[in-house]
Amino acid sequence: MAPITTIHYLVVAAALFVLGVIGVLTRRNVVIVLMSVELILNAVNLNLVAFSRIWGLHGQVFAIFVITDAAAEAAVGLGILIAFFRNKETVNVDEIDLLKW
Amino acid sequence: MEPVATTFFFYLLSGLAILSGVLVITRKNPVHSALALILTLLCLAGLYLMLYAPFVAGVQIILYVGGIMVLFLFVIMLVNLERSQKEKQFNQQWVPGILAAVALGVLFVTIYIKGDALFVRPEMRFPEAENTQQIGQMLYSNYMFPFEIASLLLLVAIIGAVVMAKKRI
Amino acid sequence: MPGFITNYLDKSVQMTPGQYGSPFWALVYILLVFGGVSLAVVCMNWLERKILAHMQIRLGPMRVGPHGLMQPIADAIKLILKEDIIPEGADRFVFWIAPMIILLAVFSVYTVVPFGPAHAITDMNIGILFMLGVSSLGVLGIVMAGWASNSHYPLIGALRSSAQMVSYEVAMGLAVISAVLMTSLNAQGTGTLSMIGIVQAQYAQHVWFIFKFFPLGLIAFFIFAVAMVAETNRAPFDLPEAESELTAGFHTEYSGLRWSLFMLGEYGAMIAVSSIAVTLWLGGWMRPFPNLLGGPTWELAFSFFPALTFFGLAGLTFFSTMRMPKHSFFRIQTIGLGAFGAVFALIGVVLLLPPVSSRVQDIYWFIFKIAVFMYLYIWYRGTFPRYRFDQLMKVGWKILLPMGIGVLVLTGIVALRTELWDFMHEALRRLVHV
Repeated sequence: MAPITTIHYLVVAAALFVLGVIGVLTRRNVVIVLMSVELILNAVNLNLVAFSRIWGLHGQVFAIFVITDAAAEAAVGLGILIAFFRNKETVNVDEIDLLKW
Repeated sequence: MEPVATTFFFYLLSGLAILSGVLVITRKNPVHSALALILTLLCLAGLYLMLYAPFVAGVQIILYVGGIMVLFLFVIMLVNLERSQKEKQFNQQWVPGILAAVALGVLFVTIYIKGDALFVRPEMRFPEAENTQQIGQMLYSNYMFPFEIASLLLLVAIIGAVVMAKKRI
Repeated sequence: MPGFITNYLDKSVQMTPGQYGSPFWALVYILLVFGGVSLAVVCMNWLERKILAHMQIRLGPMRVGPHGLMQPIADAIKLILKEDIIPEGADRFVFWIAPMIILLAVFSVYTVVPFGPAHAITDMNIGILFMLGVSSLGVLGIVMAGWASNSHYPLIGALRSSAQMVSYEVAMGLAVISAVLMTSLNAQGTGTLSMIGIVQAQYAQHVWFIFKFFPLGLIAFFIFAVAMVAETNRAPFDLPEAESELTAGFHTEYSGLRWSLFMLGEYGAMIAVSSIAVTLWLGGWMRPFPNLLGGPTWELAFSFFPALTFFGLAGLTFFSTMRMPKHSFFRIQTIGLGAFGAVFALIGVVLLLPPVSSRVQDIYWFIFKIAVFMYLYIWYRGTFPRYRFDQLMKVGWKILLPMGIGVLVLTGIVALRTELWDFMHEALRRLVHV
């Protein structure tokens, strides 16, 4: 088989990215939408680390920052979800429409 | 030290990662989705190890799997409704959603085929025994400003999450 | 013999199989570590019941085999033969996979535990980071076990247990960082996260890190020792799984073999975090005073310790054989106990032979220090009353975390300016004398 080059890792990252985008656009459960966003962030991370093999350690440092930011964003997003769930007892994105006129 | 069975492990780990990615977005039960996401994250940590990035792999396991996914599981347990599992799982715009995602995939494939000539630089092989030390030196010299800002961001996120999840402020 | 087996056995190779790149020997080491940990868990089961009993002025198991020595085997057979009950309405897949995740997390930690300078399965550059990260995977298994049981006692037990484990992981991390900081005081000025590198840093700096920058190393070790007891859900932090509190916490609904997997995971986690503490603060595989009492005669003197330990154990066994009741009902038990003592004596004799004795030194001292920690675990269980849950969380966040931050900041300052340390020591001495 062909030796594993950078393109192989990029294709895997692109596949995960597309899967995450499908999850965000099509699911109704807010928690699963947030998990699809995590999938997207991980695909980006894989891209960064794959490129850092060619261009130096900057990719890995940036990947660490992405992971840190993903942690902060997940915490805040889930806090918002809990606050909303306490009000409306639903986790359906279609029913989270209090600001609709 | 020579790597062992690289091709086999690459195909195994990436196949498992993509399979669990599909499971994440298609499971009805959010706990099963979370378990599939944990499997994806662990496979990605393995892929980082194969890319000679052991520190990023370690950080991924500690922060992502050991921290963020535990948070997700807690919240799923708090908001898990039996009712939500019996409703329809996919929203009404699922066809345009999938079409948009497939278009994005086609865009990626086109870029990779057309831009193949860009990746001619030889891949470096960092000595694995110094990865943490070099990342540490970079974090504290080139990237010190983002480092401090990241700590401020985490502080704001902690306070925000605590305030929002409280019953009475 | 094929090359991939004999190449690693060459005398000039002083690396772990993982670093050398030999999957065959890595597999051999993995099987050895797996078997050793399982044997240790079986011994711990018996030791805990006997030592706890003697601390409470009673005898413990005495019937099943001489002095209850066959009790763990009887327990294992009973648990295997028990009916496997899955509660109604439980999520079968998650119920099935939760003990496996805990075992996966616990046994993956042993990949980097250093039993000697070349006696580990592998030596990762991120050794201690890997150990901390993988042991935090156990929290996931506990959360899933509690949730999948579809019953409120396990759910509350799982939530409490995972909240406790996550809180004490932070204090553990800070204590670990201050120990890793001490490894950077070498000529190049770079520290290391690799487990073997940390022990070699202690050897190069001629001091165990628990005694370095006294009392900072001691306080960091104390924080880690308390946090590791809370991390493994052991007394006095065992509210989530104590019998009188929440029935049995997150493993209430598990029966038979699945419950024994939880127990295996708990004892395995105890040994794993003890090995972190031993490597980081107590000098790992080094014998006491490797630099101060160096030289071939001292090496020879210390090399008798493994054999002496086993001869001591054999002596204790023969002593209790003498004290067995002289009744015909006890004949088989007396013979069994005598044979057990003979096995110990035989192992002691084997450890006296020079080729074995020179290879087994590192492993012996490492296991000896871990055995001290296991005794401490059992001692805590027999001595301390249980913490209430809010007291537990208060200790974790409001006492250990500030202490950890303080130790880290002080270690950083002191490591940077050793003159400042001498000045503070002088000032303290003057203050005390006044």
